[in-house]
Amino acid sequence: MKKLLILSTALTGVAFAAQADVTVMSWGGAYTVSQVEAYHKPYTAATGKAVVSVDSENPAPAIKAMVEAGNVTVDVGDVEYADAIRLCDEGLLEPIDAASLPAGADGVAAADDFLPGAVTECAVSTIVFSTVFAYDTTKFPEGPTTIADFFDLEKFPGKRAMRKGAKANLEMALMADGVPAADVYATLETPEGQDRAFAMLDKIKAETIWWEAGAQPPQLLADGEVAMTTAYNGRIFSAAVAEGKPFATVWDGQVYEYDLFVIPKGAPNKDEALEFIKFSTSTQALADQAKWISYGPARLSSGPLVGLFNDGKTEMAPFMPTSAANLTNALASSYEFWVDRDAELNERFNAWLAAN
Amino acid sequence: MADIAAHMPDKLTTADGRPLKAALAAAQAKAKRRAFFLVLPLLAFVMITFIVPIGQMLQRSIYHDGFSSGTPTLSAWFAANPKTAEPDEAAYAALVTDLRQMKIDKRDAMAGTRINYNLSGTVSLFKSTARNAAKMEPPFKAAMIAEDAEWGNPRLWQAMRTASNPYTTDFYMVAADLERDAAGGIVKVNENKRVYRFLFVKTFYLSAIITVVCLLLAFPIAHLLATLPMAKANLLLILVLLPFWTSLLVRTTSWIVLLQGQGVANNVLVAMGLVDDGDRLKMIYNQAGTIIVMTHILLPFMVLPLYSVMKTIPPTYARAARSLGATSWTTFRRIYLPQTLPGIGAGALLVFILAVGYYITPALVGGADGQLISNLIDFHMDKSNWSLAAALAALLLAGVLVLYWLYDRLIGIDRLKLG
Repeated sequence: MKKLLILSTALTGVAFAAQADVTVMSWGGAYTVSQVEAYHKPYTAATGKAVVSVDSENPAPAIKAMVEAGNVTVDVGDVEYADAIRLCDEGLLEPIDAASLPAGADGVAAADDFLPGAVTECAVSTIVFSTVFAYDTTKFPEGPTTIADFFDLEKFPGKRAMRKGAKANLEMALMADGVPAADVYATLETPEGQDRAFAMLDKIKAETIWWEAGAQPPQLLADGEVAMTTAYNGRIFSAAVAEGKPFATVWDGQVYEYDLFVIPKGAPNKDEALEFIKFSTSTQALADQAKWISYGPARLSSGPLVGLFNDGKTEMAPFMPTSAANLTNALASSYEFWVDRDAELNERFNAWLAAN
Repeated sequence: MADIAAHMPDKLTTADGRPLKAALAAAQAKAKRRAFFLVLPLLAFVMITFIVPIGQMLQRSIYHDGFSSGTPTLSAWFAANPKTAEPDEAAYAALVTDLRQMKIDKRDAMAGTRINYNLSGTVSLFKSTARNAAKMEPPFKAAMIAEDAEWGNPRLWQAMRTASNPYTTDFYMVAADLERDAAGGIVKVNENKRVYRFLFVKTFYLSAIITVVCLLLAFPIAHLLATLPMAKANLLLILVLLPFWTSLLVRTTSWIVLLQGQGVANNVLVAMGLVDDGDRLKMIYNQAGTIIVMTHILLPFMVLPLYSVMKTIPPTYARAARSLGATSWTTFRRIYLPQTLPGIGAGALLVFILAVGYYITPALVGGADGQLISNLIDFHMDKSNWSLAAALAALLLAGVLVLYWLYDRLIGIDRLKLG
């Protein structure tokens, strides 16, 4: 049965089977640019192997479709934590031996060098990214400072934008309602806690636009379509620093999580993919990536090497989700929670969204 | 005449005495076979790219072996005991046996995921219990409940019983906003989770609105195209076709530029003083956005069938009606309109069916209340719940087929004219 699966996927897969030693599927935009600059180009320079980059709105479902159709055309995929665990559980990924990863530049073994939980059975983290909220400084010169301000239409009138989905929104709503970060998931497990989160979202529902792709929120802000939006911190950084847009990030109530590299089961260049992952998750490569986008490296040893943005003057530390000043009221996204509650809470979220 | 009949033989035969009918069939058989080989590639193509995937989709919507394939022992207990049986020590022992094997085969998370579709919170339950199952000692019932009190939940056992059969109607139940209670009875889901029925109705309702708007806009255009001199009509036809050839994504995003709060349309209205700057019109990221943009995108599918039918209507009929004293309204109503019906039917059917399954446009411009059921199908594809996506898609397909059948009964599919 599996062999017959999704022939259309199989057919389209042929289209981009270009000559490549490693094919990497990632999220596109400024993020892919940072990977190309920090991983792909140095890897090609060091080994002479060609790396081809493929964009996807979300690589995880694409990988699932490819593996189930038995026609895998990518060697490395960049996925979110919950997807990495789920795909691994479903047997759709090659296991990655954590012991084979290189030690940090300071000699600390990989197991201790990576942040807690950053290496799993089938996946290796590259970066820590964060869902934050950002605002247009021309609209609010005395900008919002706390997550509660995002939900306060009286103090800060204007349209909002949020990602269309339950994840991160419900956590932020609870933090805005005064729940300490440490208690957010325990609260969200109870029906009362869920009601509380949705009641908070209700406050801004009428004024909210819902985005799906990571490139949308900076666009909505730039068009003046919204005054504040939740966004991935790197996207706002790129728009604000690299493109000079008047955007500011509020780190209070940020929800951060890992992004990971995985190897789909049956990848055409499996061994080469592992070499690529070892190279690109090394201390130097992870530190280099921070020159291009403001996502925190997943290795401790990379931290001290993070310096200036590629414009040569912007200090990166204040823009990193992992820097101490930004972590005062921050929440680590819990994949365990979302693996269990994803279906239930998204069902409710979709129902809430569709109801007028 | 009678003379000729009398001279006719009983049966027509060829010169060598074979019946003519059989001889003819034999001679034509070869040609028929050759003709069949000509259509064979198309048949194979349709089978591979259409029939087989749809069959798989339907199969997926009623089949999920994520749980049952890992639980042979527990399934046997379910088979041996009636629905009303309380899970006893034997049931828990069977569960522990299966969990141990699942851990070895790495099936624990898949089993948990299948149960999680019915009962939230079970993925981690299965994973953590499977991890500890090897160490468990009898009595297993006490050990399991000590591990996690959830193992004593009758709803969990109800869900496991249902899932122990890979063939299931669970996904259709979810798609109809239904669930099973602890006793196995079918009840509606909590009000704050009801979404699918509402969205199905809304999808068909919005599609109907879009079809009607398309018809109202396309009818005069098509009439103009059909009655203008050839040279001018061709020019106008290109204007109709140009958007047809433009990428869907480009057209959708152009509409965003036009209609958004700080967009062209609002800026013009504000500049003209028709709309207050602080109170700009909301024309996008809502239901209105979905209707406007989809109407524009689907308009050519209405214009073209109408045009092709109108071109074949001789203008003399209308003139004849007028010369016999009919008013222009009566002429339109009784002479012209009935003759355009095949075109209206074809255009409406085409636009409606396309609209019902539309996905990118509502995703981009629909905001919260302009979403269609296809957006949720996509959502579940992304979330890896393909069986629910398949069940929703199958219901959508069934809805379209019912409408197609209705159309056939009311108007007749043989009267359809696509061009």
